[in-house]
Amino acid sequence: MNWVITENNKKINALDIPTISTEEIRSDIEKMKTRVVGFFGKQEFDNVRLYVIAADDKVGKLYITSSLFTPEVKSYESLTQTIPALHIFEREFYEEFGIEPLNHPWLKPVRNNQDAYPFFEMKGEDIHQVAVGPIHAGVIEPGHFRFMCQGEKVYDLEIMLGYQHRGVEELFLKNKKYNNRLAESVCGDMVIGYNMAYSQAMEALSDTQISSKAQIIRRIALEMERIAIHIGDMGAIAGDMAYLMGASIFGITRTLVINTMLEISGSRFGRGLIDVGGVNFDIDKKMSEKIINMLNDVAKTVDRTTNVMLKTPSCISRMERTGVVNQETAKAIGAVGMAARSSGVDIDIRFDFNDKWYTSLDVVKPFRATGDVHSRFKLRYKEIKQSIQIVKKLLAKLEEYENEPVKVTPNTSLTPNSLVVSMTEGWRGEVIHVAITGSDGQLVRYKIKDPSFNNWYALAMAVRNNGVSDFPLCNKSFNLSYCGNDL
Amino acid sequence: MLTDTIKLKYFQGKQYIPDIQNAPMRSQFRGFPLLKKCDECLVDESVCPTGALKADPLSIDLGKCTLCGNCKCDAIQFTNYYKLSSTDRERLVITENMTPDDFEKAAIQARKEIRRVFSKSLKLRQVSAAGCNGCEMELNACSNCNFDMGRFGIDFVASPRHADGLVITGPVSENMAYALEDCYKSTPNPKIVILAGACAISGGVFQNSTKLNREFLDKYPIDLYIPGCPVHPLTFINGVLDFISKK
Ligand code: SF4
Ligand code: SF4
Repeated sequence: MNWVITENNKKINALDIPTISTEEIRSDIEKMKTRVVGFFGKQEFDNVRLYVIAADDKVGKLYITSSLFTPEVKSYESLTQTIPALHIFEREFYEEFGIEPLNHPWLKPVRNNQDAYPFFEMKGEDIHQVAVGPIHAGVIEPGHFRFMCQGEKVYDLEIMLGYQHRGVEELFLKNKKYNNRLAESVCGDMVIGYNMAYSQAMEALSDTQISSKAQIIRRIALEMERIAIHIGDMGAIAGDMAYLMGASIFGITRTLVINTMLEISGSRFGRGLIDVGGVNFDIDKKMSEKIINMLNDVAKTVDRTTNVMLKTPSCISRMERTGVVNQETAKAIGAVGMAARSSGVDIDIRFDFNDKWYTSLDVVKPFRATGDVHSRFKLRYKEIKQSIQIVKKLLAKLEEYENEPVKVTPNTSLTPNSLVVSMTEGWRGEVIHVAITGSDGQLVRYKIKDPSFNNWYALAMAVRNNGVSDFPLCNKSFNLSYCGNDL
Repeated sequence: MLTDTIKLKYFQGKQYIPDIQNAPMRSQFRGFPLLKKCDECLVDESVCPTGALKADPLSIDLGKCTLCGNCKCDAIQFTNYYKLSSTDRERLVITENMTPDDFEKAAIQARKEIRRVFSKSLKLRQVSAAGCNGCEMELNACSNCNFDMGRFGIDFVASPRHADGLVITGPVSENMAYALEDCYKSTPNPKIVILAGACAISGGVFQNSTKLNREFLDKYPIDLYIPGCPVHPLTFINGVLDFISKK
């Protein structure tokens, strides 16, 4: 088959990538049983090249190929018809390059939402529409939700996003220097996940070897981010059930984690911690002890609170069987990250793609798969406990590398004509950055895929046949990113 | 079960910060920058991701600064001083030898009627206009049990119709420009506008994006600028308190 085989964070010569037809791409993906993690265009003089990146989670390999569209070719037969998970990728490709996937079942805008948007509409007696947003009741990012309801019951939810579009992919190209501060700001609730993906991409392209110490500190930060956000989300779920004690206690417990992050890096969210070349702050013995003590306290409180909550019938009955996404649906629509794991789709970049710092740790994969709000709540709880174990083990490992530098001076020139795929499992799921350089070693394409790009559709599926009043709870249980989707 | 619940509550003890206006801040926090002449180091403007840093004469514009620490050197040191807000955009530019005291004295000059009308109660509608969720999470934290902003009568409310003003985060994308203005118009007079975070104040790391539309900010008066990336809850609460409370 005509695909280049590579691994996470391993650069390849972009000129080696074969050119095949979209029909070959379709049949290969179906045959290989892989999952598409990248599907995007790049202008090549008058032509448009479509890159397709497929991941095989079982063996930890990536497959890359491309297809070329000359200016006369303005369409192709949509792949979504047989591979539903591609629906959003094809919409994005169409929006950016104007090449139409024929017979796409749902060819609507992804980010260009300012013209009339063709909402799905139901007709009939008793049917009514509920429109929510872009500005929501709380302090959150904007997006528009359109519900088709009969009475209290939601038949269909359509989600229109794009309000947060800042053109970040182009901004990466404009910068001639490394710009970790921009990487941190693409999606400000996943600072470490994004900055790590960006830094690893740049390090691969510039042949910069960073110290083991820096690699460990990055992963400690990544897990602390996961712990903090998961705790905050459990609080938010409690808040949406009007179980305010849960909201309060999880809220203040999260503070402990992010304040420790502040002590490490000077920022509660770890901004300024990671740069291309390593990290800017060390974790010494004293700090390491502090982190462990903090995590012990956090574990205790999270345990107690979760136990009380899961014994409270009013909480359980509100979460169980609410917002179900079953395994089959999750697979079909290509859900990723913790949302997918809550529905029994066991994918996790940390463990599937041979990250030696994770595979060398013998921690069990958490698993709980009823696909409802309860499952997403419980999965978070399990992941918090797992991440606490991981951080402790990584801290112990850190001692072996005490004398290493935290940062090396990175090479400033990037390898010309190269492509790298950099994937990091952030708390929400896989953050995928793809960087391509031109013949002069400048970035010519920077592509980002946030886990939310796949998962927004899972939320739409989750609320079907639920009461409209369950929507906030379902929404919180996913906590998807508007910025990550809109870029 | 009830005893478990009561125990759980008891176990938490008191969590709020008693004196918000003098709350201690961890020393590692990057806050107010101290700038001084230094013959050893050549200040390199190009390390700054937002153009906040100017070398000659040395200055940092807190309206653009993300407090990232890229520029840290002998000439530029960051204190943990967190009261960074100002009613005047120009005053956010920190120059050589300026101390936090110098800054604080002049930074917040609110009109009398603002203190008269809002000192006991200020309800705010927050609009995220392409904010990255960093500032939004910190604004949410203002209302948690640690910071408990509600005790001062300052709250975020759901409807602009019942708000006294807007808090804007994010660089204002083209796609949010209409909704932002709509929300402003739905808020009854008299109203205030607060910009929170480097993005809202100057575009921050997104200032060179072609997808922004910041006309709104030129069209309507801005009452308070609260720097940070993201804004720290203590910076936000103290900024608003200094703005509304009677001196
Ligand atoms: S701390 Fe502020 S002035 Fe210094 S480099 Fe960062 S953004 Fe620029
Ligand atoms: S100022 Fe910083 S944290 Fe706030 S919205 Fe902008 S990038 Fe995000």
